[in-house]
Amino acid sequence: MDWSALLRNYPYAVSLVLFGLGIHTVLARPNLLIKLIGLNIMQCGVFLFLVATGNLAGARPPIIDPAQPNGVYANPLPTALILTGIVVSVSVTAFALGLIVQVHRMYGTIDPTAIVAAYRQQKGAAE
Amino acid sequence: MDDIILREISLIVIPFIQMYGLYIILHGHLSPGGGFAGGMVLGLSMVLFVLVHGAERTLKKISHDAATVVESLGTAWYIVIGLVGMAKGATFLMNQGAGINVGTPGQLLSSGLILLITAGVGVKVASTILTLFMALIEEDH
Amino acid sequence: MRGLLMLALAGVIVFALAGAVAELPAYGRPNPTHNLVYERYVEAGVRETGAVNVVTQIIVDYRAYDTLIETTVLFAAIASVLLLNRAVRKDGGRHG
Repeated sequence: MDWSALLRNYPYAVSLVLFGLGIHTVLARPNLLIKLIGLNIMQCGVFLFLVATGNLAGARPPIIDPAQPNGVYANPLPTALILTGIVVSVSVTAFALGLIVQVHRMYGTIDPTAIVAAYRQQKGAAE
Repeated sequence: MDDIILREISLIVIPFIQMYGLYIILHGHLSPGGGFAGGMVLGLSMVLFVLVHGAERTLKKISHDAATVVESLGTAWYIVIGLVGMAKGATFLMNQGAGINVGTPGQLLSSGLILLITAGVGVKVASTILTLFMALIEEDH
Repeated sequence: MRGLLMLALAGVIVFALAGAVAELPAYGRPNPTHNLVYERYVEAGVRETGAVNVVTQIIVDYRAYDTLIETTVLFAAIASVLLLNRAVRKDGGRHG
């Protein structure tokens, strides 16, 4: 396999690094807020990858000058579709933050292991 | 946060941030930006006000109900603008195809319904950010 | 121990994806996203919508339904956060 292609495709490689950092944060950190930040870093990697596919060498940004409309323009379609993705990611982050606030209000902790322990304790006390 | 430097500087800076947000919203069809980006800038200027001056003083200026109503009206406004195309005999959300004059490309007042939709989306996103922030920082009473 | 396991898992995922990235078309060269749809938007967009910014043309004119549902998603998220806040407060913080 030609690994030097990773250097040539450097925006894709950077998005890969972001994705790896995010997925490690989600897996290894025991704090729900930090897991959410990891999720956002992962999403940033995906967005960067998809936006980078729209570039063309020597292209102008897709804002057309009516005086001289000809020329090479970057592809606006991935950018426009990623905007939807960004808004969905904001919505997911908002809802997750709301859930984390409520979890903290109920159990007094945002560590998943401690939440399970607190839940078992409350259940045992109720029975 | 009671600090005189923060209070005075934020009052100077916030109008400029809001002006920039309005600029991004209104030039959505001419330059990078648009409803979502500009609305985020507008909403974050209000979040800055909440952070520096506290929730009490913000609720005196913009009540919780007002922000929620504006937020709901943003979505309704989008649908109403979409119905303009239907009223003119074309399909839902049709712009130039419905015979609306789109003006000269490159002018501020051009592109027909795009400007109206972008303005509505911008206001909606701004009030969403504010409502969300106020909901998350609320204390348990 | 668990940290090492997670690091290894993330490493395996990144390695597999790196293999895919190395096979992609070169950055900045034509790839399958540059197709007829993109050419049509850039050529006819200004005439058909009157907006100069092609991204705005796409999100607010050609694909306006997409943006309409997008604002609905944002609305649903904020509504569920407010609802959750009030439901738990009414419950008095006890878990049901």
